[in-house]
Amino acid sequence: MIRRIGLALAAPALALAFALAVTSAILAGTGHPPLEAFGWMWDYGTKPDSIALTINLATGYYLAAIAVAIGFRMNLFNIGVDGQYRLAALVAAGVAGAIHLAPILTVAITIVVAMLVGALWAAIAAVLKVKRGVSEVISTIMLNYIANAVIGYLLVPGRLGVNVQGSQGVGTKVIPPSGRVPGFSLVGGSQTQVYGLVVLAILVGVGYWFLLGKTRFGFDLRATGRSESAAIASGVNVRRMVVISLLISGGVAGLIGIPNLLGESYSYSQNFPAGIGFVGISVALLGRNNPVGIAFGALLWAFLDNARQILDLYQVSKEIVTIMQATAVLSVVVAYEVVRRYNNNRHQREVARSLEKLKSGTVPA
Amino acid sequence: MSEVVAMTRRGLATRSTRPFVLLGLVLVVFSLVRVVTGAQELTSAGTLQAAIALSIPLGMAGLGGLWSERAGVVNIGLEGMMIMGTWGAGWAGSTWGPWQGLAVGVAFGAIGGLMHAIATVTFGVDHIVSGVAINLLGLGITQFLAVQVLHNPTQSGEIPSMGTFTVPLLPGWMQSIGAHQWFLVSDLANVIFAIVDHPAYFTIMAVALLPITYFVLWRTAFGLRLRSCGEAPYAAETLGVNVYKYKYLAVLASGALAGFGGAFLAIWSGFYHDGQTQGYGFIGLAAMIFGNWRPAGLAVGAGLFGYTNGLQLRSPPAVHALLLVLVIALAAYSAWLLYKRRWVPGVISGIFTALVLLWFLKTNELEQHIVSATPYVTTLLVLSLASQRLRPPAADGLVYRRGGGR
Repeated sequence: MIRRIGLALAAPALALAFALAVTSAILAGTGHPPLEAFGWMWDYGTKPDSIALTINLATGYYLAAIAVAIGFRMNLFNIGVDGQYRLAALVAAGVAGAIHLAPILTVAITIVVAMLVGALWAAIAAVLKVKRGVSEVISTIMLNYIANAVIGYLLVPGRLGVNVQGSQGVGTKVIPPSGRVPGFSLVGGSQTQVYGLVVLAILVGVGYWFLLGKTRFGFDLRATGRSESAAIASGVNVRRMVVISLLISGGVAGLIGIPNLLGESYSYSQNFPAGIGFVGISVALLGRNNPVGIAFGALLWAFLDNARQILDLYQVSKEIVTIMQATAVLSVVVAYEVVRRYNNNRHQREVARSLEKLKSGTVPA
Repeated sequence: MSEVVAMTRRGLATRSTRPFVLLGLVLVVFSLVRVVTGAQELTSAGTLQAAIALSIPLGMAGLGGLWSERAGVVNIGLEGMMIMGTWGAGWAGSTWGPWQGLAVGVAFGAIGGLMHAIATVTFGVDHIVSGVAINLLGLGITQFLAVQVLHNPTQSGEIPSMGTFTVPLLPGWMQSIGAHQWFLVSDLANVIFAIVDHPAYFTIMAVALLPITYFVLWRTAFGLRLRSCGEAPYAAETLGVNVYKYKYLAVLASGALAGFGGAFLAIWSGFYHDGQTQGYGFIGLAAMIFGNWRPAGLAVGAGLFGYTNGLQLRSPPAVHALLLVLVIALAAYSAWLLYKRRWVPGVISGIFTALVLLWFLKTNELEQHIVSATPYVTTLLVLSLASQRLRPPAADGLVYRRGGGR
C-alpha cells in the first residue's frame, strides 16, 4: 500500500524536480542565482495575501481545466473555452447588473445565465461537428476570435456597456450588492479575501468526479473517448454524446469568470482576466484529467503565476516561470510514462518469480 | 475512376481541371458583385497583395502541420514554433540582415520541431500535451531571451527589408488593364498584377514550397515512406522503413516551415514584437485541416483567410459587398439542394438566403466589430457549406513504438 502511494507520488515529484532543474540551469546560465530566486518566490508566494490571491486565481484555472478535461475524456479538444467563458461572463454581468431581486435568486440567475451562454457558444461547434463534420479544433479556434468581435459589439454604451466613472473605459453596469457573493478570510492576517464561490469550483469538481466515474453517461463518455467503434457497437449514440459533452464543457466554461465577477470586479470590462481558457488546457494536462490532480495543478499554476511577480524586483525576468510551467507539463507526462514502465517491469518480475517458485515446488513431487 | 466519368458526363470537368473551373467561377462571382455594388476594393490590386502577404505566414504554418501530420505526429505546437521563428528573425535580422534573419528564424522553428520530436517520437508523449507545452515554451523562451539578449521585452530593432524580384513590362500592362474596371478582364489583370508586381524573394520561396512539398511527399520514394509512417507505421516497419527517422525528419521540417512563417511575419513588418503571431499557428493548422491534409487544399484555406483578412483590414466598407457574394453562394446551394429533392434543407437554406439578402439591402455598411470577425466567420461558413469528406492520415496522433505492432 505504502509502495503504491509512493509510486503515485513519484511521477509528479519527479516532474517538478525536472522542471526545477531545467529552470535552475537556465537561471544559472544567465547569471542569476537559482536557489535564491526560488527562495524569493517561495517567501513571496506564501505570504497570507499571496495565498488568498493564489486560491482565487486557482478557482478560475480549476473550472477551466475541468471544462477542457470533459472534452479530453471524450477525445474532443475544446480550445474554445476561452471565448466561451469571456462571452458568458459578459452576458452574465449584463444580466446581474440589470436585475434587482433577492440576493440568492440573483446569484442563481447569474450562474445559470453564464452556464447557458457558455453552453450555447459551445453548441455552435457541436452542431457544426455532428451536422457538417467540421472539426471542433477549427471551429472552436474560430469561435474564440468571433467571441472577441461579439464582445466588442455588445460592450458599447447603449448595449450592455456603460461608461465607467473616472476612466475612459467601458464596462457593464456595476452589479448591486444584492447580486454579489461575499468572500471570506481563509488565512489569518490577510487583507485579501478568498472568493465565496470557491465553493462552486469544488462542487463542479465533485460533480465531474461523480458524472464521469459513477454514472452510465460518464461510462459511455469515457468509452467513446477510448474507442469510438467499441462504443458504437455497444449502442452508444456518438453524435448525441458529442453534443452533450460539448454542451457540458461549455456550461462549465461559462462558470470560469463568475467567482471573480461576483466576488471582486462586479463588472465586465476590457480589464477582465483573459486567457484563462488556455491555462485550463495546460492545467488539465498537468492534472491528467483527474479532479484531484487538476486541483493540485491549478494551485501550483496559480502559485507560480502569483509568485513570479516578485522576480521583477530582483531583476530576474519573470518569463522564466513560463518556461518552468511548460517544462512541468511536458515532464509530468514523461515521468508518468517512466513510472508506468518501471511498474510493468516490476510486475513482470514478480510474476516470473512466483512462477519459478511454483515450478520448483511441483517438480520434485 | 467512375467518379471522373460521372463528372465528365455531367459536363463539369475532369478531376484535374475542376479546381480551375471553380476558381474561374469564384472570379466571375466576385467580378459581378464588384460591378453591381461598386466596391472596387473587392478585387483591387492592393487588396490582393495584402491577401497574399497575409496568407503566407499561415500557409507556411499549415504546410508545417502537413509535413508533421503526414508522418503521423499531430502538431498543435506550430504557434510556439512560429513565435520562435519571429524572435529568431527579429534578433538575427536586426543584427545582421534579412537573409540571416530568415535563416535563423527557420533554425529556431526547427529547434521547436526538434523538441516536439524528442518528446513525441522518442519519449512517446501524447502529441497534444507536447504541442501545448511547446506553445508555452516558445512564448517563455522568446520572452526570456528578449529581456536577456535584446534588452527590450517587447520588440527588436529594425530589420532591413528583403530585396524584391522585378518582372519586366507585364506589371505595367496589367496595371493599365486593371484601371479600366472592366468586368472580369480587369479583375483578372489585378490578380496577375498582384502576383508579378515586385514580389519579395521570400514570397516566391514560400509559394514555391507548396508544389515542392507536393512533389516531395507524393512523387518521391522518400515521400511515400514518410507518408507510410503516418498511415500504417507498423506496416512500414516490416518493409524496412526506419519510422523514427522519418518522423524526426518530418517534425523537424514542420518546425522549420513554421519558423519560416514566423520569420516572414517579422521581416515583413520590419521588426519582431511580442504577440506578433496572433494565433496564426492555430489558424494555419485550421487551414490544413480545411484542406484535407493536402497542399492545394491548404493553399485554398490559407488564401481564403488571407483574402478576407486583407479585405477587412484594408477596406472595411467593401466587406458589406461580401454579403452579396454570400447571397449568391447560398442561393446556389439552395438551388442544388432543391434540385436533389432535399426539400426541407433546401427551403431552410432558401429562407436563410432571403434573410441575408434583406440584411444586404437594408444596410449600407457593417459595424466595425462585425467586420473584424470576417475572416473567422467566412472560414466557418465555407467549412460548413463545403461537403466534408475529411480524411486525416490513419495513424495520425498515435504513439508508435518500434516493434510494438500486433
